[in-house]
Amino acid sequence: MSKQEQNRAQPVHPYTIVGTPRAKVDAYAKVTGRAVYADDILLPRMLYGRILRSPHAHARILSIDTSRAKKLPGVLAIITGEDLPQKFGILPSSQDEYALAIDKVRYVGDPVVAIAALDPDILDEAIKLIQVEYELLPALMSIDEALAHPEVKINDEARIGNIHKAVSYEFGEIEAGFAEADYIREDWFYYEGNNHAPLEAHACVAQWEPNPSDPIGGKLTLWTSTQTPHYVHRELSKVLGIPQSHVRVIAPHVGGGFGGKSDPFSHEICASELSRRTGRPVKITCTREEVFLLHRGRHPVKMWIKTGVRRDGSLTAMHFRSFLDGGAYGSYGIASTYYTGALQTVTYTLPCYKFEGMRLFTNKPPCGPKRGHGTTQPRYAVEVHLDKIAFDLGIDPVELRRRNLIEPYSYTVNGLRITSCALGECLDRVVERSGWNSFHADKQIVAAGLHAENGASSAVTTVKRGMGLAASSYICGAGKPIYWNELPHSAVQIRLDRSGGVTVYCGATDIGQGSTSILAYIVAEELGIQIGRIHLQTADTALTPVDLGSYSSRVTFMAGNAAIAAARKLKEQLFQVAAERMQVSPERLYAVNDVIYDEDDPGVTLSFEHAVQFAEARFGALVAAGSYTPPEGIHGDYKGAGVGPSPAYSYSTCVAQVAVDEETGEIVVEKLWLAHDVGQSINPLLVAGQVEGGAYMGYGEAVMEQQIFRKGRHKIPSLLDYKLATTLDTPEIETILVEIPDREGPFGGKEAGQGPLNPVIPAIANAVYNAVGVRVDEVPITSDKVFKALRNQSQGKGMGLQPSPIETPSPWPTRLIKWQPEEHQSAMKRQSDHTSLQEGVL
Amino acid sequence: MRELISLQVNGERREIAVLQHHTLLEVLREDMGLIGTKHGCELGECGACTVLIDGMPVLSCLALPIEVQACDILTIEGLEQNGKLHPLQETFAELGAAQCGYCTPGMLLAGVALLRKHPHPTREQMKEYLAGNLCRCTGYTKIYEAVEVAAQRMSTGEEQPMRPEVEEYHV
Repeated sequence: MSKQEQNRAQPVHPYTIVGTPRAKVDAYAKVTGRAVYADDILLPRMLYGRILRSPHAHARILSIDTSRAKKLPGVLAIITGEDLPQKFGILPSSQDEYALAIDKVRYVGDPVVAIAALDPDILDEAIKLIQVEYELLPALMSIDEALAHPEVKINDEARIGNIHKAVSYEFGEIEAGFAEADYIREDWFYYEGNNHAPLEAHACVAQWEPNPSDPIGGKLTLWTSTQTPHYVHRELSKVLGIPQSHVRVIAPHVGGGFGGKSDPFSHEICASELSRRTGRPVKITCTREEVFLLHRGRHPVKMWIKTGVRRDGSLTAMHFRSFLDGGAYGSYGIASTYYTGALQTVTYTLPCYKFEGMRLFTNKPPCGPKRGHGTTQPRYAVEVHLDKIAFDLGIDPVELRRRNLIEPYSYTVNGLRITSCALGECLDRVVERSGWNSFHADKQIVAAGLHAENGASSAVTTVKRGMGLAASSYICGAGKPIYWNELPHSAVQIRLDRSGGVTVYCGATDIGQGSTSILAYIVAEELGIQIGRIHLQTADTALTPVDLGSYSSRVTFMAGNAAIAAARKLKEQLFQVAAERMQVSPERLYAVNDVIYDEDDPGVTLSFEHAVQFAEARFGALVAAGSYTPPEGIHGDYKGAGVGPSPAYSYSTCVAQVAVDEETGEIVVEKLWLAHDVGQSINPLLVAGQVEGGAYMGYGEAVMEQQIFRKGRHKIPSLLDYKLATTLDTPEIETILVEIPDREGPFGGKEAGQGPLNPVIPAIANAVYNAVGVRVDEVPITSDKVFKALRNQSQGKGMGLQPSPIETPSPWPTRLIKWQPEEHQSAMKRQSDHTSLQEGVL
Repeated sequence: MRELISLQVNGERREIAVLQHHTLLEVLREDMGLIGTKHGCELGECGACTVLIDGMPVLSCLALPIEVQACDILTIEGLEQNGKLHPLQETFAELGAAQCGYCTPGMLLAGVALLRKHPHPTREQMKEYLAGNLCRCTGYTKIYEAVEVAAQRMSTGEEQPMRPEVEEYHV
């Protein structure tokens, strides 16, 4: 069987729940206002907390005087850096943050003092009474400044100057690859970065419950708007010096995250410490401005690409460099740096690939993960770069991509294992649905002046239409955990009650994407029961087994497989007793809609409730657990190979249609067509929702969202000035779901949360070029930039607007790691063929 | 300084002592426990705190309670009547128009006002009317679909308009 055939050979299962559109399990709570979010929690005797943040981008703290604020009636506690001297950070390799600044502040917004008071009005007064004396230091506000001034050391984590992390890899023989090329092109790109802007600002409530008989003195509960309760649990324990056994972190309903609620935050630690000091619950709700300042948004990245191609469009080599503006702290930045290079090989086959990346510290809010984490910027650059190559060679851009598609069930040159891949199908579908061929045929006719009707009308208008296309891929969960260990990445417990109730426990955190619903659908499908009898307990470190969190698009794949594993154990027990009662063999049984049937004689049945009672009588309490760990053998064996591997990859393609006014540069994105390879939809309504949301967010990043600073400050930290797409802006989005089940995904399912964003930005960029013939090689592509590019072109100053190159450090400030895939791949393939798949994997 | 005022919220009139400078949003959430009304910016930028005042959508973060004592205030908690969801609540749930759910209460109330003004709104009318309510999850597509299906269901007589239409209230 060929690889393409293997890819298609999955049987189609007659599911009763999976694959059918239905309301989310929490939909009715959300439409009635009953859903409780962190800021909605009001506890008896609760205090309010707030954080005083640095007004300076870079300064030494000379003194902090809180004495006047302390005397204000209603102020109950004030803490500063020295009260919480333990460093923390999401990555074990970047422990560089303090809950409150010690000695130095590194960006406007760095937390300095935290206060708890009886109400927010008192906090307003108290915060004005705190005096902090600063000595100003030079602030470095860009990649170029950070490189130019190594003597201004922003963060001690930087080993050389302000270089936080530098990486350098060569996979295969890069020189040989370029030697095979008929054509080589180089380009620079810049992606400005942006904030997630979830509608719910970060908020938390901490409650310390003292217990004098406990050697620790009590227990802490934190309700917080987070995507990663498990990591908050770890870091909170570390900074507060309270064992994890005495800390409980709960994520209530979360009002959107998009990556912005994946770090442990200062306000979470401060609320907890203030609660411990006062013995009362403390709530801290961030303002919208604070959300822009604590940030962790998409990194600004400057990128250089050099690609070699043969005349027929097949790629022979790629050399990619990324420079990330990390802001003042590490956050996920080391992973982000790797991600700017790791997935270039997953969309198109590259015979050899060189990647050099570096992240710089600057005096700006720390950057981190945003939907598409680290892969969005290079995807934009690569897809525009390939579009340029297609035009240079006179090859249709769709054709160029088609000639280089990665093969399903293969290994990449950097050692990543690819399983199912429906990229070709996505490409076909999006081309067909968008009318790509006829649009471009018509455009050529018009351009040649041969089309009388359209030709006449286009002569009088300055608005030109264009269509652009791009493709992308994304991980279905990081193959490695954030802190290295051999523990499961996700676990699910299911308890069956003798009354027929089913309770599912899982640490998975629903941030609106529907992960809680997915657990219910999967358990209901596997047990053959109605969703209504399922109770769900999620995202509570005291009640639920660990799921690492809602990041890296991992939850459906990993928690889904864990849920299947747990449900199968219970199903086995139920079928064993049912078979005896029904006097048939267990193999003949199947369960649907709360009833167990004999396959050969569907008249012979047993109800789910009865089966549960018989099983409990036989086995005792009915509780089962399942867990999921990604398989081994899905990555290379070089240092740094832990970023990029995933148990599966999703694929997306996008076509954008734009209208650009040649006179003003105004861009209107008229429509986006997005095809997404999701393996198998667990609930197509939710998948479509993720695709549409990703397309919307990508659109906003492409044309309007700006992350700009003036005199060390974020220039527009409000939802009025920071432009987000409203109903009036957002283009029509057509979603196309492509379903070729993945062998290891739950019921064949793959991710949908992040991947669909990635192709949108380059598709729009390519469409702008197609419309007016200029390239704006930086994002966002705003109207003023298009205007400038058009002016440059008309004045004979090139084809558009290109970012200024960065003077590349020579030598690159880290050792080159050279890695040859061939031997390793064949070894891995042998291993993976023999490794029995992890528990719960289909 | 607190002042004793009287507010009619969700058909119930209540006397309540409020701080004069507190917004309607703060009073609804903090003093009356109506936490279904959300806040995303507290500066009138996002629409999450939308409530209906005499049937018209108003940003409660920009309204002062003292000024709306004579008005009929509707929050998300009052949209369900006699144990029956408003058709738009049903379609929001059924059609996936609520993802994280944080914009949902405000979006629903704006949507209810939209349907009252335009019982069969076109997409353009929806976009115009809902432009003040940001949603970061859905790309608005499922919201439009939910409005369309609710409009169909309402026109087949499943649901009566909830309250008589009054003059527009501009903030």
